[in-house]
Amino acid sequence: MLNPSCKSTLVLCLLTVAANGDEVSFNRDIRPILSEHCLQCHGFDADKRQAELRLDTHAGAVAKLPGGKSAIVPGKPTQSELIARITSADAETRMPPVDTGKKLTQKEIQKLVTWIKGGASYERHWSFNPPNAAPIPEVSSKVWPRNSIDYFILARLDAESLGPSEDASPNVLLRRLSLDLIGLPPTLAELAGFERAWKDDPQVAWASTIKRLQASKHFGEKWARWWMDLAHYADTDGYTIDYDRPHAWRWRDWVIDAFNRNLPFDQFTLEQIAGDMLPDAKTEQRIATGFFRHTLSNREGGANLEEFRVQKIIDRTATYGATWLGLTVECAQCHDHKFDPISHREYYQLYDFFNNADEININAPLPGEQSRFDAALVEYRRRWHELVDPVEPQLNAVMRKWEQLMLDAEKSPGIDYKRDRALELLGILWGAGYGEGQLEGVRLTRIPFSKRTQRQKERLLDYFLGRGALGLEQEFKDLKLYELRNKIAELKKTLPSLSRPQTLEVSMFPRQTRISIRGDFRTPGAPVQSGFPVALHAVKLANPVPSRLDLARWTVSKDNPLTARVFVNRIWQELFGRGLVTTPEDFGAQGALPSHPKLLDWLAVDFVENGWDIKRLMRLMVDSATYRQSSHVTHEKLRRDPDNVLLARASRVRLSGELVRDAALVVSGLLDRRRGGPSVRPPQPANVAEEGSYSAKWETSTGGDRYRRGVYTWIQRVTPYAQFATFDLPNPNRTCSRRDRTNTPLQALTLLNDPVFVEASETLADRLLNENKDADDEQKIRIGYRVCFARDPQSSEVARLKTFIAGRRKAAANRKPVSEARPREWFVWREVAVVLMNLDEFITRE
Amino acid sequence: MNHDEYNLMLTRRQLLGRSSTGIGSVALASLLNTDERLAAEPSDQSGIGRAKRVIYLFQSGAPSQFELLDHKPKLDKLHGQQLGPEFFKGQRQTGMTARQKKQVCRSIYHFKKHGDSGAEISETLPYLGQVADDICIVRSMQTQAINHDPAITFFQTGFQQAGRPSMGAWVSYGLGSENKNLPAYVVMISEGSGKRDSQALYGRLWGNGFLPSAHQGVKFRSKGDPVLYLSNPAGIDSRQRREILDLSNKLNARHYEDVGDPETITRIKQAELAFRMQTSVPELMDTSNESKHTFDMYGEAARTPGTYAANCLLARRLAEKGVRFIQLYHRGWDQHGDMPRDLPLQCGDVDQASAALITDLKQRGMLDETLIVWGGEFGRTVYAQGGLNMKRYGRDHHPRCFSMWLAGGGIKPGITYGQTDDFSFDIVENPVHVYDLHATMLHCLGVDHERLTYKFQGRRYRLTDVHGRIVNDILA
Repeated sequence: MLNPSCKSTLVLCLLTVAANGDEVSFNRDIRPILSEHCLQCHGFDADKRQAELRLDTHAGAVAKLPGGKSAIVPGKPTQSELIARITSADAETRMPPVDTGKKLTQKEIQKLVTWIKGGASYERHWSFNPPNAAPIPEVSSKVWPRNSIDYFILARLDAESLGPSEDASPNVLLRRLSLDLIGLPPTLAELAGFERAWKDDPQVAWASTIKRLQASKHFGEKWARWWMDLAHYADTDGYTIDYDRPHAWRWRDWVIDAFNRNLPFDQFTLEQIAGDMLPDAKTEQRIATGFFRHTLSNREGGANLEEFRVQKIIDRTATYGATWLGLTVECAQCHDHKFDPISHREYYQLYDFFNNADEININAPLPGEQSRFDAALVEYRRRWHELVDPVEPQLNAVMRKWEQLMLDAEKSPGIDYKRDRALELLGILWGAGYGEGQLEGVRLTRIPFSKRTQRQKERLLDYFLGRGALGLEQEFKDLKLYELRNKIAELKKTLPSLSRPQTLEVSMFPRQTRISIRGDFRTPGAPVQSGFPVALHAVKLANPVPSRLDLARWTVSKDNPLTARVFVNRIWQELFGRGLVTTPEDFGAQGALPSHPKLLDWLAVDFVENGWDIKRLMRLMVDSATYRQSSHVTHEKLRRDPDNVLLARASRVRLSGELVRDAALVVSGLLDRRRGGPSVRPPQPANVAEEGSYSAKWETSTGGDRYRRGVYTWIQRVTPYAQFATFDLPNPNRTCSRRDRTNTPLQALTLLNDPVFVEASETLADRLLNENKDADDEQKIRIGYRVCFARDPQSSEVARLKTFIAGRRKAAANRKPVSEARPREWFVWREVAVVLMNLDEFITRE
Repeated sequence: MNHDEYNLMLTRRQLLGRSSTGIGSVALASLLNTDERLAAEPSDQSGIGRAKRVIYLFQSGAPSQFELLDHKPKLDKLHGQQLGPEFFKGQRQTGMTARQKKQVCRSIYHFKKHGDSGAEISETLPYLGQVADDICIVRSMQTQAINHDPAITFFQTGFQQAGRPSMGAWVSYGLGSENKNLPAYVVMISEGSGKRDSQALYGRLWGNGFLPSAHQGVKFRSKGDPVLYLSNPAGIDSRQRREILDLSNKLNARHYEDVGDPETITRIKQAELAFRMQTSVPELMDTSNESKHTFDMYGEAARTPGTYAANCLLARRLAEKGVRFIQLYHRGWDQHGDMPRDLPLQCGDVDQASAALITDLKQRGMLDETLIVWGGEFGRTVYAQGGLNMKRYGRDHHPRCFSMWLAGGGIKPGITYGQTDDFSFDIVENPVHVYDLHATMLHCLGVDHERLTYKFQGRRYRLTDVHGRIVNDILA
């Protein structure tokens, strides 16, 4: 233990060291310390603030404390109570308190001392300042840079006395580019064409390959799956019951198409946040709002409708915040944000935008559906009237009675048990199995009868006949409605279905949002209206109360300091393996600082100035010398920069589960390249999805659908497709900005034994045997390497494989051929194929 | 490259991702101390942390406390009495019974005192009665959630909404694995005899949440391969597999010379672990060499793969191999009706084997180092759902109080802890919240629940969020 005199010696020591230290920057050096150690109790959250001290603002930090001292006296660390407390020898008074388990390091204390000595100036959190395009920096080499990006990267490397790596080989570059842009390895023909073109003119070859890949229809498939992580896409409801959502894929196809036609990111944003509110909104623009329909629906009996509706709004608000703003707004759900300037109230102002949007599936027939439907409709209506007309007056009367019961139950719950239960059922089960908005049925009962469309009437009647008997059993018996229900159900089979994708729509009956006290929906507090956090930019509004469309416009306003930065950082992460900000979902005070802040800003400004052009942004990145570096890493570089922050090399990246699948299908030639359509179920043991589930059925797809790209795989929310889960498919229950890339024994087992990969290796063996029938072993090995790795094998690799082949050929001599097409020799090549597809290189983007 | 060099080359991320590959927990802890995200430190309180592992016998659907562990003799007199709104003090009820007439419903089963401790246990659990002096019954459990999904998610992850890591993942992350041939966290599911349309049990309940995915539970399946894709495909035997692996390893090692990325070396090691699992897992699952005495103890059902009894036996075998967190789920306890028919069936599934697990571990000297927990996600109501038909009665969900039992691993044996009122509606003494259970379980494992944290999306998360209190009274 230190005694008091030691304490002052310590501070003196620190002062001396600090005086000789470097300049400190508030945003780089100080804010992270305050955020990590102090702001939980001395921050933005007024309710939890201790000792009336706040350290997140200059005014708060220098203010007189109740005892008369100030936490910070600018220029005078020895008089600053903050320094006294963090260096106190007395465990009782030392900050941070012992029970937090937090402790400041000597280095951190030094920084604080230096900062106070220099005047303790505060800066606005970096990401809340508008991005500022700094001039391209001076660098040591005029030869290496290929475009502006490289100057920023090289300037940092120069400062660290590191040099960039040489270019990767053209073959590695082709495979890298192809995997990055379209998510598929190059075919033999593409490889040969590229090699020829490179020999003629590397510059032209590179530019034209970028162009070809960006024009490929597969481009959208690759990038859609990436965007789907943010929306946490799945094809089922989630929770215990987990019913199907057969139309969820319509939004997925919208995303694929949007990337393929290079929809500018501002428009891409507008349509997904508020496509339904755009002037003359087209069906496709409404489908874009399906981004927010991947929230979970609880269809468990007894679930409270409001509780689970609120959960969806919370999810939408958090997903919006992480995706576009890179902020963890949900931290302000129960109290003011502890680290970022978002108040409890402002959270509910954002929440209100989504609180006043309803889940509505819209008629959006696929080609051919409408005409088939219309053709059958005439006869359907005729027979429907035959069934319904005789009882219509009585039926209408009892249905009106039921509707009134629903309305009464909503208005004054707790009076009639059966009535309440019936309303709850209506909310839980409406559209179950079709992915319909749960509360649409309740909404329909509130529309006056005369104002309902014919379709609305029919849908409500369908529900009523199906499940409305609770409490009206006698009427159902008297009017023979049970029989009518069965007849209508039978009749409905003659009516072809119309696809009804999931969308958001402005609430028909506006909701008054209230702050939930401590985040609990049962304790509503003060009313709030929609609005934007004041710490961010302001926009001029046509309406006093902004709408969801205004939110979308505010999001892509040129003045928004976050949206462009957050987006370019996401693309960077995908192409370079790691974000310039490594917390892509959190650009707030608790997030990571950018490794190259000037580059991030330059990219953000350039992106917006060039019309939010996504393909152009990617082109800029992949055309840089930084991107084209070799991923080879020396011991020295690995020691100095294990995480490759400085980008003195390219990062090796393990492929996602979907791309591992795609690669296996491409090299075996099995891939079915059709685009779009309903999700498919590749082979896996049925009980993977079914065991432990409530009602899931895994009926393996047939024909070409067995071999579709990973992006089209059915995502059963509670039991996702096993191969993907093993390869780090993110939890589909919440937004994900960064996937894990683990390396586990289950992955090894999957690559060796999953029937999909077994079939792919067998088919690859067919290819190796037949691609060139006259080829000798060495040539076949070469073909295998070119198919799997887009390169020729090295001589040592050929030698090892030849030895292996000789051994396997001996072993195969006693085996019976499988068929004429698969002779004895096939066994040998099957094992070669298994080896190739299990190599690290196969599932890695080099 | 020697081992030290290799370790030096691992990045922090890869280290975290490696923990299931068999670095001993001590080595792991020391290696990971440099990691700012991992703040688990062995607690300095003496005498704690004797448990090395957990066997969690989760009873999915929520067993009724009235018929099993919380004896309420006064209900015999109050049976049929109607409960008014004043009784419920604003407690939430599910939509299934919120508005119905509420009539007090007694248990049709008798309770008896057992062992030296005199623990009161219902006649539906005769085997448990025989080990009464080895268990600690907690009658004062409470939770916040009233629907199955949020409630079970809360028990598994410390939070009602999906997305947080499960307790097993936290333990795997904090303590690593003790076995180099098996995963640190294993999950097994059995179907209850008592109910056919049970709540789903799904991957996210044993998921890693935001922890590195190496910490997710590995489900051992009762049908097909015990671990998915464990078996070689037709036409490839173990010798061929070995040769394929040998060549792959050589080619990978050569490629490593080109790229220098330690991830490639990790891939070789994981492939080797997978190969070992192809032997170790089937060996583990093969109980044919277990003695007749063992099957007498666990019951004949233990011979049938996939039953709760078989899973209990496997749990003991996994414990012997040093698996850190063994999670069983038994489905089928959600008895809204037909309790007299279904409850005895469920008890028949679990009673003998649960008791046998305690006895077996005790005989092997492993009970002290193995923490066993038995219980569901909430309790059930004092009133009958629907009408008061004692041949077909059932009970709705009740989060305010319910019963569980714990054994071994530093828990005080032979006590009954906590008291509920005459209606088992409210706790009158010593409430134990889910958070407290979590804190206590981690404590038994030698982990301070406030220090086991992980930084994610700008916040340090922990299993117990900002709650949790160690229940010292039930510690040995």
